[in-house]
Amino acid sequence: MTNTTNPDTADLPLVEVKSSWSFLRGHMREYGILFALIAIMAFFQIATGGILLKPVNLTNLILQNSYIIIMAIGMLLVIVAGHIDLSVGSVMGFVGALAAVMIVNFDIPYFLAGLLCLVAGGLIGMAQGFWIAYFKIPSFIVTLAGMLVFKGLTLWLLAGQSVGPFPKQFQLIASGFIPDVFRGEDLNLFSLALGVLVAGTILFLAIRSRSEAAKTGSVEEPFAFFVAKNGLIFIALVYMSYLMADFQGLPNVFIVMALLIAVYSFVTSRTTIGRRIYAIGGNEKAAMLSGINAPRLTFLTFANMGVLAALAGLVFAARLNTATPKAGAGFELDVIAAVFIGGASMAGGVGTVVGAVIGAFIMGVMNNGMSILGIGIDWQQCIKGLVLLAAVIFDVMNKRKG
Amino acid sequence: MTILLEMRAITKEFPGVKALDAVNLTVEEGEIHALVGENGAGKSTLMKVLSGVYPHGSYSGDIVYDGKVQSFAGIRDSEAQGIIIIHQELALVPLLSVAENIYLGNERATRGIMDWRATRAGAAKLLARVGLREHPDTLVDALGLGKQQLVEIAKALSKDVRLLILDEPTSSLNETDSAKLLDLLLEFKRHGVTSILISHKLNEISKVADTITVIRDGSAVSRLDCRNGISEGDIIRDMVGRSLDDRYPPKVDTAKAEVAMDVRNWCVTHPLHSDRQVVKDVSFHVKKGEVVGIAGLMGAGRTELAMSLFGRSYGTHITGSVQIGGTDADLSTVRRAIDAGLAYATEDRKTYGLVLDDTIRRNVPLAHLDGVANGMVVDRQREAEVAAQYRTRLNIKSSSIEQQTVNLSGGNQQKVVLSKWLFADPDVLILDEPTRGIDVGAKYEIYTVIRDLAAAGKAIIVISSEMPELLGITDRLYVMNEGRFVGEMPTAQASQEKIMATIIRSGDRP
Repeated sequence: MTNTTNPDTADLPLVEVKSSWSFLRGHMREYGILFALIAIMAFFQIATGGILLKPVNLTNLILQNSYIIIMAIGMLLVIVAGHIDLSVGSVMGFVGALAAVMIVNFDIPYFLAGLLCLVAGGLIGMAQGFWIAYFKIPSFIVTLAGMLVFKGLTLWLLAGQSVGPFPKQFQLIASGFIPDVFRGEDLNLFSLALGVLVAGTILFLAIRSRSEAAKTGSVEEPFAFFVAKNGLIFIALVYMSYLMADFQGLPNVFIVMALLIAVYSFVTSRTTIGRRIYAIGGNEKAAMLSGINAPRLTFLTFANMGVLAALAGLVFAARLNTATPKAGAGFELDVIAAVFIGGASMAGGVGTVVGAVIGAFIMGVMNNGMSILGIGIDWQQCIKGLVLLAAVIFDVMNKRKG
Repeated sequence: MTILLEMRAITKEFPGVKALDAVNLTVEEGEIHALVGENGAGKSTLMKVLSGVYPHGSYSGDIVYDGKVQSFAGIRDSEAQGIIIIHQELALVPLLSVAENIYLGNERATRGIMDWRATRAGAAKLLARVGLREHPDTLVDALGLGKQQLVEIAKALSKDVRLLILDEPTSSLNETDSAKLLDLLLEFKRHGVTSILISHKLNEISKVADTITVIRDGSAVSRLDCRNGISEGDIIRDMVGRSLDDRYPPKVDTAKAEVAMDVRNWCVTHPLHSDRQVVKDVSFHVKKGEVVGIAGLMGAGRTELAMSLFGRSYGTHITGSVQIGGTDADLSTVRRAIDAGLAYATEDRKTYGLVLDDTIRRNVPLAHLDGVANGMVVDRQREAEVAAQYRTRLNIKSSSIEQQTVNLSGGNQQKVVLSKWLFADPDVLILDEPTRGIDVGAKYEIYTVIRDLAAAGKAIIVISSEMPELLGITDRLYVMNEGRFVGEMPTAQASQEKIMATIIRSGDRP
């Protein structure tokens, strides 16, 4: 495809049709991050001699980053609303410890314990959100306090020891794979079918929303660009599910993640609640004068963050098969970095769920790739820090230009 | 008398607006020169040109100061020549001491090390000069507004001031503090300091000013010499005297007998200063299909009145009752006020009106998202249709409904704000300075929308500091001053002189 413009859109009155290339340059803020991920993956794929995209490594990559991605989704909402949550790492560790103590020490059924943990996470989020939303205490300070409090409570709960192992069923949250109902020989056919189905659905939704937009004449994206973008996404998703099907199939966590991404993408972009959260982050005063209950939404955003941090805590504990006092330490930084790399703005009102997920994958691919290359943790930290800085500088420069 | 400052044919344009049009200003050495004019006439812009806020090259014309043509690139250049401006909003750091504030940016120090003794001693001397009996170590935060104003003046004196510019220095002061400040100006005059005083209060001007320049619509219309004695009437006539030709759509009497909103005994207290009542026992009503104006000077309490009505968005200890459509209205939150049929389009569209990073499409339905949603889910197609419909109806000039509102011109931003409230479909619409900072063409379009709404049976309340605008589009007028409604008149019987006189007479009341 070259820079052709679509004859269908060319005669629409309200639209200034641009070529694919100039459209891309105008929207570098949105797509730059995706190109960065592709470039980073290509780099490590070559540098590691093809190890990065081996089925077993790809599966590992997703398992390793699942809890960061789950929390990044919640953090995206918090940051879009104009706040920050520094406590998520500690809350995650605390909930893992809570699960271990309930399941291992008190023999509470793992399903009930899991549910109680999610409720606990929600309550923790509400407790912090209460002060932030209704007393206007800066979220930085409230959650910094929360970070210390829950780090301390984790130590207390575990009495400084590691607690484990968990029952087999519980471990399956993080280490299980969806069964192959089609009984493929070398390939998990069900996983592959599921992957194709999801990719197909995304493609279908993209086409439908474009044709809807065409009716009102608000299509801006050139047709060639639209085809190339959605074609690539479709191929990438199918290829990835093929790779994973070649190993053991799709991990359970992957399904949870995919559902969360889908649900939260929908909530943020399509519902009135999502719209209102962007509005309070973009201009809280204007939002309140438009009749939006900003304190209540802020409160709910933090409650939601608590639940997702708890879910991440369960996944993490199940993956390690033990709860340790150090679990979750420093994870808040990875989560926040992922959201900002994904294009969210410190000032609030800007950012997407998909961007945050891509940001988390950038961090994850770099961790994974650098580990395969045998780069020490010291340099890994430095490089990740510089990438975060570069991503945000890129974003700010692009914004200024636009 | 020698001439200290002469500004010749100063012209300053902003995109779409000519703020100053060949303005001449002559100030003699050692006099107090008053600059008067309506809000938005260009007084502050002129002073920003003089002090270098708008640097040389961004305007045309010459500034001749001290016998030489000056080209200030910034405030530092003008301050180096002894031109010091004190803005209406004080530029003090509340949590630093008086002494630190006085020498801020001009510290008594040797090679970066603060000389605290010189700082305190210098500050004490300056405080004595302005007659402020406070310790130099007192935090500015602990001082009242009047004393803070004096700290600002002390700060100006620390810089060897030759020409002191005060932008509405008494607008937030009480009688005693104002009188003290004016005495101080006379005292400076005896010591050879020249002052330019921007003020709305004509009684103050006639007390201290030697000469007056009247600015109207970006032009200097007259230069009056007070030493020969002149009346307030002369000043008022020059301030407002302009012809009203076809700048407003024709008025049709659409007012119905039915009262749309009735406000009784409304009182509001300042949110921070519990001893300051901002709205004092205000009662008014507006009928269906009627356009009612609220006239008054800045700081009269009009915006505070409107925002306190709209979901108690301003103030504390709010008392009074409101009926909308004949029944008691619950206006306790913004949501309830909107549901009761009230809407308020803010005077400050950037801070309170728009989510600037968002598109027209996303801003228009913000106050009535349910109107474009099925349950919780926003119907993007309907949203786009609504946005497109208002874009056409109000003629919002933009590339598409996907344009970010931050990139729109002021007039078009205002139309987006209006669209937002029109889509919420209120019975009573309060418009606060609906045409501030927008060009004449867009103004006319907005006036037309207002008259159309009235014809459709809506009740409209317009708050404006531009009296010709109120006279041009309203059916009935209330005059507000210092928190009170001090007059009411049918617009047909009103004139700018009459409104001004009502305000001034109420202000002079003991």
